[in-house]
Order: sequence, then C-alpha cells, then structure tokens
Amino acid sequence: MTAIPPPGGKKLGLVIDLDTCVGCHACAVNCKEWNTSGHSAPLPDFDAYQAKPQGVWFNRVHSYEAGEGNDSRTVYFPRSCLHCEEPACVTVCPTGASYKRAEDGIVLVNPDTCIGCKLCSWACPYGAREFDEDAGVMKKCTLCIDRIYNTNIPEEDRVPACVATCPAQARHFGDLGDPNSAVSRLVAEREGYDLMPELGYKPVNKYLPPRERPRYAAPAEPAVESVANPFLRWIDRALSR
Amino acid sequence: MTRPSAAAEVIDLSPVVGDEVKYTTCYMCACRCGIKVHLKDGRLRYIEGNRNHPVNKGVLCGKGSAGIMQHYSPARLHKPLLRVGERGAGEFKEIEWDEALNLATEWLGNVRATDPKRLAFFTGRDQSQSLTGWWAKQFGTPNFAAHGGFCSVNMATAGLYSIGGSFWEFGEPDWDRTKYLLMFGVAEDHDSNPIKTGLAKLKARGAKFVSLNPVQTGYSALADEFLAIRPGTDGLFVLALVHELLRTDRIDLEFLASYSNAIWLVINNPGGSDDGLFARDADGKPLAWDRTTEAPVDASTPGIRPAVVGTLTLPDGRRARPVFQLLAERYLDGKYAPDAVAERCGIPAATIRRIATELADVAFNQTIEIDQPWTDTSGRRHEKMIGRPVSMHAMRGISAHSNGFQTCRSIHLLQMLLGAIDTPGSWRYKSPYPKPIPPAAGPVGKGSNPNTMLPGMALGFPQGPQDLLLEDDGTPIRIDKAFTWDAPLAAHGMMHMVIANAWAGDPYKIDTLFMYMANMAWNSSMNPGESMRMLADKDPATGEYRIPHVIYSDAYFSETVPYADLILPDTTYLERWDCISMLDRPIGSPDGPADAIRQPVLAPDRDVRPFQDIVLELGARLQLPGFVKDDGSPAYRDYPDYIANHERTPGIGPLGGWRGTDGTAVGKGAANPDQLARYVDNQCFWRHRLPDEQLYFKHANAAYLRDAHAMGLVPNTNQIVLQLYVEPLQRFRLAAEGHGPVQPPDEKRARVRRYFDPLPIWYAPVEDTAPEQAAWPLHAITQRPSIMYHSWGSQNAWLRQIYDRNHLYMNRRTATALGIAEDDFVWVISRTGRVKGQVRLMEGVNPDTVWTWNAIGKRAGAWNLGADAPESRDGFLLNHVISEFRKEADGMLQSNSDPITGQAAWYDLRVRIEKADTAVADPRYSTLPRPPGLTAPPHLLRFNASEPA
Repeated sequence: MTAIPPPGGKKLGLVIDLDTCVGCHACAVNCKEWNTSGHSAPLPDFDAYQAKPQGVWFNRVHSYEAGEGNDSRTVYFPRSCLHCEEPACVTVCPTGASYKRAEDGIVLVNPDTCIGCKLCSWACPYGAREFDEDAGVMKKCTLCIDRIYNTNIPEEDRVPACVATCPAQARHFGDLGDPNSAVSRLVAEREGYDLMPELGYKPVNKYLPPRERPRYAAPAEPAVESVANPFLRWIDRALSR
Repeated sequence: MTRPSAAAEVIDLSPVVGDEVKYTTCYMCACRCGIKVHLKDGRLRYIEGNRNHPVNKGVLCGKGSAGIMQHYSPARLHKPLLRVGERGAGEFKEIEWDEALNLATEWLGNVRATDPKRLAFFTGRDQSQSLTGWWAKQFGTPNFAAHGGFCSVNMATAGLYSIGGSFWEFGEPDWDRTKYLLMFGVAEDHDSNPIKTGLAKLKARGAKFVSLNPVQTGYSALADEFLAIRPGTDGLFVLALVHELLRTDRIDLEFLASYSNAIWLVINNPGGSDDGLFARDADGKPLAWDRTTEAPVDASTPGIRPAVVGTLTLPDGRRARPVFQLLAERYLDGKYAPDAVAERCGIPAATIRRIATELADVAFNQTIEIDQPWTDTSGRRHEKMIGRPVSMHAMRGISAHSNGFQTCRSIHLLQMLLGAIDTPGSWRYKSPYPKPIPPAAGPVGKGSNPNTMLPGMALGFPQGPQDLLLEDDGTPIRIDKAFTWDAPLAAHGMMHMVIANAWAGDPYKIDTLFMYMANMAWNSSMNPGESMRMLADKDPATGEYRIPHVIYSDAYFSETVPYADLILPDTTYLERWDCISMLDRPIGSPDGPADAIRQPVLAPDRDVRPFQDIVLELGARLQLPGFVKDDGSPAYRDYPDYIANHERTPGIGPLGGWRGTDGTAVGKGAANPDQLARYVDNQCFWRHRLPDEQLYFKHANAAYLRDAHAMGLVPNTNQIVLQLYVEPLQRFRLAAEGHGPVQPPDEKRARVRRYFDPLPIWYAPVEDTAPEQAAWPLHAITQRPSIMYHSWGSQNAWLRQIYDRNHLYMNRRTATALGIAEDDFVWVISRTGRVKGQVRLMEGVNPDTVWTWNAIGKRAGAWNLGADAPESRDGFLLNHVISEFRKEADGMLQSNSDPITGQAAWYDLRVRIEKADTAVADPRYSTLPRPPGLTAPPHLLRFNASEPA
C-alpha cells in the first residue's frame, strides 16, 4: 500500500465542458505530441503502420449516442486521469511508484520504481492508466507537469497541452481546491459534476453537463390576415435608396 | 507496508522545450492556421497553435497537432522515380533530378511546340494556384484547374454571382455577435478551428445554433436543434422559409431597396431577346422606377422612391417589373409552402414555420446597434451600424449535389431578405471580399497555339454564352468540358472528368497529364476502379497508353503514384516556402485583409524539391514568358524569390504585406526584396485591421471601398449591389430559347433553360429523377472525420489510431426493417457498382440515409501501410459505387455534376443495402509494391525528440 499525503489546499485539475466538446480529438493528439517528448516520454505506438495500431495516450475521446429517434444526441466524452483526492491507483501500488503529490494533488507514476504489475490500472475505475508494454512501466496523464510550472515557456502557455490547444474552449485548468478560482466558479455556475462519485475516489477533474436546449423559444407566429393580393402591402411602402 | 513516495521521483518542472522555435503555416488541412514549431537537435519537438495568428488564435486541431508524424511519415517519397514496369504495376527506378526535369521538359516542350492544350495540368489540393494557374497560362494550355470542381465550386460560384463573397473562404458568421446560426451540411474541415472556436462563443453567449445535416456528428452534435434533413432538399427547406417570410411580410425591404437589385427593372418580353434582362439606360446602367417622377431612373440614384412591385411601362413601350415583384410572385406560390415541402425534406411543416419565426424575431426584434457612424455609397451618413444577428454557413452538404448552385443561391436569397449580409451579428465578408458582381474576367482558352501563351487565365467567370470555351463548331476547348453547355459556370474546372475524357479522347486526345497532390487513382475520383483501368489502358491498335504521359508530384506514396510515368517528389509542409496569396485564397478575416507564408522549418533529408520550385524550373527550362529573363536565364531563382518579386500587375504581387521598396505600402506597392524577412519576423503572416467604420456593410461602405480600392482589393469604389436576380444566368437561358450568336445544340436547350433560372430554384438532385427510384431507396453520403484531411491522415501513426477503418452507418430502425444488425456485412449497391462494408447502427441519421467516413479505406500497400492494415482489410471507399457519368431523364449521358457549375455531385448517390454472405472486403485490388527509397516502417515507434536521436 502506498499512502496518500494529507490533503493540501491545492487541487490542480481540469474542467471539461461537454456542451462545447465537438469530439475533434485535438486535446488527445496535442497531449500525445507534447508528452511523447515530455516528462513520461515516450508514449510508444505499437504496430504503428500495420494491422493493429495502438499506442499510449494520456487522453482519449469517446463518442456516444444518448436517447432515441429525434431525441437522440451525440455526446463526445474526453477521458483522462481525474487526479482523484482518494486515488485507489495510489493506495494499491505495492512499490510507492504510483503517488499523489502533496503540493498540488497531481497523481504521477515514478518509472524508476514502477514494476509494471498493473495493479493500479485494475484499481482505476476510469480506465485512465496506460501501460507502456515496451518499457514495462505504467504511464498516465501528468497534467503536463513539465508545462504548468515551466519558466522556460511564456506564462500564458503554462497550462496542460490539451487545454491550450482545444479549439472549442471545452477544457479549463486551475485549482479546484480554491473556491474562488475561475475553474471553481465555472463548476459552480454550470453545475459541474464528478464522474461516478458513488465510488468515493473524489475525482478532482470535473465535467460540465451540456447546457439545456433549446435556450431560445420562438415568439408566437404572427397572425397574417389573408389578403387577396399580398402585393398591395408593398405598393405604397415608402422606400428610398 | 506503507511508504511515502513523492520524494522518490525527481521532476524537472522547467525543461527547455527545444533549442529553436520557428513560425509557419499549417498544411494538415485547408484551414491554414498559424503554427509555432519547436525544434530540438534538429528534430520536431512540438507544434502548437500561434496565439497571434488571425485564423486560429493559438488553438490547433487534432490534425495540426499530428504534424510531427506527417512530417516523419514512412510514406514520404525520397527521390524522383521513373516507371520501369507497366503502368499501375508500381515498378520504378530512382533517377536524378536533372534527368527527371529533362524528361518532363522534353515531353512538355513537344506538347507546347505542337498543341499546348494536349497538356492537362491539374493541381489538386494546391495552395499555390496563383502560381500554377499563371504557369498554365504562360504555357498556353486551357487545361488547368485544381480540385475545386469536386469540392466547393457550387458554393464559391453561387456566392460570387449573388453577393460578391461566399461561405467559408470568403465569409463567415459574425461569431462574436450573432444570436442565431443556421448551418447547412458542414463537416469539420470547412473550416476547422474557426468554426469550433466560433461555436463555443455562440454557446457561451446563449445564441441558438441550428444544424441541418443528415448526420448528427461533429458540429451537428453541438447544435441546439438538429434537423436530420433528407440529402439534397436543403434548397427546398430554405425556399419554404422564404415563402413564410414573404407571406407574413417579415423581410427587410429597406435593405433590399438600398443594397440589392430588388428594385432593378426586369424586362417582360416573352419570346424577345431582351426578356428577363435588366432594363438599362443609354450608359448600360440598370434602371429602377422612381415613384416620385413616375419614370425610370438609374437605379443607383440617391434619393429616389423606388417601386418594388408592379408592372411598369418603359418610355419605349416595353413592360418591366422590379426584381422584387418577380421574387415575391415566385416564392409566395403554394408549392413553396411548408406543408408542401415538409415530407420531401423530412422536416415537419410546423418546424419550418417556427424556424422562420425565430429567424425573423432575431433579425428584426433583437437587432444589434453599434454606435459607429458610417457613410454609404449614396452619400448617406448612418449614425449607427444596425445588425440583423442571424447568420448562415454552408459547405459540402450543399455543394456536392447537382442542385448545389441553386441551393446555395437560395441561402443567399434568405440572407438578403433578412437584411443579414455584412451587418453586426450576421454573416460577414472576409477581406478581400466583397468583389464586384458578377465576378470579373471570363475564362480564357480560345486561341491556344503552339509556343504561345494564353491571353488570360484559364479559369474565370462567364458573363454569358459568349464566354463559353467552345470551338466554333461547338467542340469543347477544355479536356474536362468545363465552360461548355454541360457546365457553363465551371469556374474551378472539373478535375473529376479529366481522366475519363482523356482516356476516351473526348473531346480530343491529350499527350501529358500532369497532376499534383490529388489522389485521382483512389479517393479523389468517382469510380476509382475505372480511373485505374483508364490510366493503365493501352490502345490495342498502337500498343501505346491512351494517356501517353503521366507526371505526378506528391510528397507521399499515394495510390496514384503507381499510375504515373514520372514522379517528382515534393517536400512536406515543414520543408518549404509557400505563400497563402492575396491572388488566390488568402486568410483574410472580416476585420481586414491578411495573408501568410510558410517557411522551411527543417531541411529535407531526402532528394526532394518543393513543387513550386519544380514549376518555376520547368517554366524556365521551357522558356515560358515571364519565367525567363530576356537572355533566357531563369527569371526567378526559386519560389521565395518569386513570392517577393513577382508582380502580376504593377504593384500587385503574391503577398500584400510590407510592399514598396521601404516596406511601408499596404496591399499595393513595388516589390520589396526584404518582404519575406518581414513576414518571418512577423511570425509568417501579415494582416491589416480595417478601421471600425469599415467593418460592416462593406458592399456599400464608402470608406471601405475607397481604401479597399487603394489596396488593390477591388477595381473601383462603386457600390457592390447584391444580386437577388442573376442576369448572367438569364443570358444563358435566352440562348437556350434561340437568342444570340452562341446557342446550345438543340438537344441541350431544355436542360439549359431549366437550370439557368435567374432566381433561385429547387429541383430534385438529378439522380433522384432517374428511373426505377424504388430500386435505390436510400441516400448514401460521406462525412469528413475531424482528424483526417482526405486520404492524408491514414499514413499518420497517431491519427490512424483514431480511425483505422470505416463502417457503414445506418439508422437503427431502417436497418432493423431490412433485417440488418450491428456488425453485419452488407453490400452497398448503386446503379453502377457495389462495395462491401460492415454496419454500425445509430439514431442520429436521417432514416433514408446511410453514410461512412470519407477516404479512410485504402488500397493495400499504399501509404506504406502494412498489407494487412485495417484501412485496406476492413475499410472501404464509397467512391466505388459513384459513377462519373449518369444517364439523365432525356437519355443523354452527362457527367455526374451540377449542370450549372460542373461541381461533382458526390452526394446525389442513391443505393440499396443487401446483406452480404462473407466478411471479405470487396472490391479488392492487388497490394501495391513499395517504391524505391521507401523502407518497411517500424512496428514499434518510440518517438521522443527530447532524447538524442
């Protein structure tokens, strides 16, 4: 068992807006390109050009349909590590390789001590762990820990790659431990929710539900008197040009 | 045992990202976003969106984010190749550039010295058409076009003839202000990031977004209201909205009177040669009827009180009616009533009426007022800019039907009736648009003579039958038969017809087919099996190939490579100079003109050359005028030299920024040898922000037109009057009725007369009118996945993990009724062929429509993928069941195109679905062998630019 540090005030995480996520995979691919040369590099690809291409991705986008007939909707759902406050993937780790940082709550894996037993991926109910078969170690979303504090990149770019690149502004990054942060306010305003809260892992990342639709109701149709010659109404219209 | 752990890992929180940053322009799709490329030890470390760039403002889509894998693709060609086996066998030997260019020069020189039109030069997804088009002109062949004829020509042409701009490239919704967006048939790549960003803005503001699309994916998934319209009926839906708005008098008549040709008088003289043309004064100016003087006057006269309805008698006794009268008569007809169209469109009449009410409510009751005075071209000062905040956007779903031109015109008609053109909150022109209507020059192709350049550009915009490219005996001048009676307004050419026509020698045989960046032996062709056969076919009488020479330039090993004799390998987009030119399709925004360049981020590690350098060198070797100096030496050292120094007309060159010898001129000015350096310093783009008073009403904004003229964007400062009624169409119709020197042959008169209606019409997609409709009950269309640009994405190790095969998507209830279940293999059978696919069921699709992702299916071996790759093993191309020809109701064989513009009618396709017995893909073609220079790609990729190579 690996212990979880006492909860700190800071809980860095993502807020993902399912109202504007257009399922374009920009976040997933940009994550891949940043991280394949980043802190947990590389993110290998197996059978990259052959029969069964599959690799390590820290972020994946799924699509679902909900409802039937005219009521059905297509929903896109990006999935990555939720940096839970009580992560089973950490407590289950036999070597301490899987750990949660006290200072900001980010859940990481230390590749030097990971023995590749995969207990953490069995423990994670969100399927957010990715095994590097080639190196024999578990990998996962680092919340771009090599970007968010990086003094070598401009301050406005110090957010996870998925957030920086999202064309639909469906991803937000910040301190969910601070009730006054922009992300916390967003969660409050939009009634953001936890994924599978009943499991008790207290995910830090939040999802914003699709906004209610339609938000615009048409006025009543105008009553138009039946006129024998509809053109009459335009004959005397005072127009100028 | 419990152990603390965090201390165990040492984390470098501030790694150096790379050792160099270079800005350039993305080319992972047609969107042309600005990118910031990080390099480490000469390798690509990271590509991100450029925050300062006007197109993407810092974001980058999934395609752009996969640029690293595109650049390092194992499908990259390495060296010029010469075919050594039979065409199609894929047997090549590597040759040196000098030999390759000598050979090309020999073939092309012979063509030019004998009959230049025997060169067909088609440049596919070319972003340098201002160069390639000019090269074709200087060579002297009319047979030039890029891929617009099978992409978006319906949109572009309908827009340019109607409002002087168009959806996508020449206009966009006012994302920051619009309150209501109607989107028709748009997939994610037209365009990519700006629409995604724009939709997010709409949703944050609570604006309403309505999507009409048979398929609920991508943007449609975000829609507040999704209407699963039947393919090809959008025009009917729109005209029902028009009917409702007219019926209830919810239109902006003041806007129409001031800014459109609603008040122009149309001569009513049935049977006469002037019937349906505008009444004009002695100077040729269109007339309106002034109710003050009760006399016709120049319609542009300020202060008149124009009549909008009625039948009036001109001083010469001819009768005439204002355009608005004709318009109202037509669309008030009951056949456009919502109840009359609902079933056909698959949208309830009540929904159509409600949408009309919503549009009118937003346009007229929720106006936007900006405290910004402006003055119109009539000299009237307006204290405010008043906006009608309804906007529209449309693309492939409209464009790829044989009724797409008129459907797109219908949407523009709707915009005009609502007064929602270039106002705050509505659709806006992207600079350098608007342009005068009709668009300026006609196509040029007559007078093609040995060793002689053409007097003008091959592609253009016909003003009437006199501009058609026909020999005196009526023979088409162009190999693709663009600008003939079959496709008079084929402003982008008809690339989809080139191979079939060249093979048949109809209208004539060609010698050399020179193509760039279009996969014409696979997903860019209708009926690719036939395309492959034709490319490899020999004339039994001579034993020679029917298309004697095929030259192809591409960066990658596509399915088309094996069908060429000579391969000129191009660079990747990160290894080249390029310009996104004001002369072609620049990246201007509604806030002002902009253009951009690409600069090489990396030097090629292969023996390849940028295609544009090849074009310039061939031009010099062929001694084409403009490509050589007086002494015969090359006029341009290379493409960057051309970009900076070429002037198309005095002061106008490929780029608008930093012109003039000191770099201070905007848009127009002398060539500046330092220009590219200035672009590089400015992150590879230039933009000019218009002053606030010029941001809206550009078609009639005096200050805007004055400055736009000074910048060389428009030829004069005249008001650009929006055209509800398009007179050039009537000129074609009059010819069909027997008037004028150039008339269609008798068998084509009825067709021209029918389709060339100067007011928008709806007609069923031509395929829907073919006999035995019951045998083909379903529509079949494709959608673009957001992470693939045509066939390019599958060679990308990352992108193919997202889609490595496609399925056939069917409405669950429709499939169930046919006894088809999820994962069944089925035959998709059309009038001309069949293809096998595996079924996925879904709810969000029009019940009479099946669909699949475009261009995922690959030929085995192509793109250097394993022969057992899912793309070829399980994927399929719908193209196999689309014919480039169709037999029409009158029995004539026509190209499968819009009869006005020649736009490829991909989405007219009708099919039936039958359960298949086996799971084996069909059709299957032999596995393509790997060309020389390419090596077997690795199974395991551990790309890490931070590690020493």
